Amino acid sequence: MQLLILFFSFLQVGLFSVGGGYAAIPLIQAQIVDIHGLMTLEEFTDLITIAEMTPGPISINSSTFVGTRLAGPIGAIICTLGCILPSFVICLTLAYFYYKYRKFSGVQTVLGALRPAVVALIGSAGLSILLLALFGDSTTYQLSDIHVIELLLFLFSFLILRLGKANAVTIILGSGVIGTFLYLFR
Amino acid sequence: MGIIMKSKNTLWILFKSMFLLSACTFGGGFVIVSLMNKKFVEELGWLEEDEMLDITAITQSSPGPLPVNASVIIGYRIHGVTGSLVAILGTILPPMIIISLISLFYTQFRTNKYISVALLVMRAGVAAVILDVVWELAVKVFKTRRFLYIAMMLLAFLATWFFDISAMTIIFVCLAIGVIDLLLSLRKE
Repeated sequence: MQLLILFFSFLQVGLFSVGGGYAAIPLIQAQIVDIHGLMTLEEFTDLITIAEMTPGPISINSSTFVGTRLAGPIGAIICTLGCILPSFVICLTLAYFYYKYRKFSGVQTVLGALRPAVVALIGSAGLSILLLALFGDSTTYQLSDIHVIELLLFLFSFLILRLGKANAVTIILGSGVIGTFLYLFR
Repeated sequence: MGIIMKSKNTLWILFKSMFLLSACTFGGGFVIVSLMNKKFVEELGWLEEDEMLDITAITQSSPGPLPVNASVIIGYRIHGVTGSLVAILGTILPPMIIISLISLFYTQFRTNKYISVALLVMRAGVAAVILDVVWELAVKVFKTRRFLYIAMMLLAFLATWFFDISAMTIIFVCLAIGVIDLLLSLRKE
């Protein structure tokens, strides 16, 4: 019974969280804490902390965490399935129509207007992460507060990428390892 | 429809790529989208750049976690419905494994200083990857030499950066502009 509740709770999270990770947090809270009382608010806060510290989408992290806590590995799988089922059905349908009609010149004109905006959105996301890396949680952006190690890592990584000398995964893991080393042994 | 290659090897590369990208993606959905761009457009050459941008827009305006949405569409493109399922599996396995482990060792994890430092410094690398991809894409937009596109890119940036207008709103407004653009070009003909 509890598994069924979990499945439908996360089905709703998956279905109604439009626009990315942070949109899902209040939905998960409503389902898990407020409506079904499956977790306390404190446990929920821990969950968000972990979800933000670890890789992966927040809603997948949350479904696994909630599922594991309440019903072990099977719970984790049930919650995750519920969470991704709407995505799967909706995106597969959209993908079908997109690949069927994208070669039409009319569709190309419409999509053409969309692409520059998507570039801007990605750019803005990248810039926020850069500021977060360089200044931490400080929002005044004083040049004297800049994290030198992160700045060097960023410039070095960017240079290597521009030169086409490494792939993305190597860069991210490499900056993690080298950065940790520099911080702990400076 | 939309299926370009068929072999076990393709599915394996698809799975492996999604797994690795998902395992080292911190931060929001656009992070993984730029990583996917790097991987599938630049490194593997499986997708066109425009296509990846379209997928990003579709992904952003559908419900559900962005990386999963993107995996569904990219997987479908590479190998139909099977590809979709394989791509989803690659994307959700790393967070599922990591979170299952962490929920067992939560306190140790939260207080470990190596882990917390590593998670902070990795952001610098993530930012570099995203901005490298953006550089590439923005240059292409400028090269179209179409005033409308360049202006829309700059305006969309201002809208999201300074006015906190949601990505969904921006995408739908641009879609409307695209439709108007289409109607105008049809009238000219």
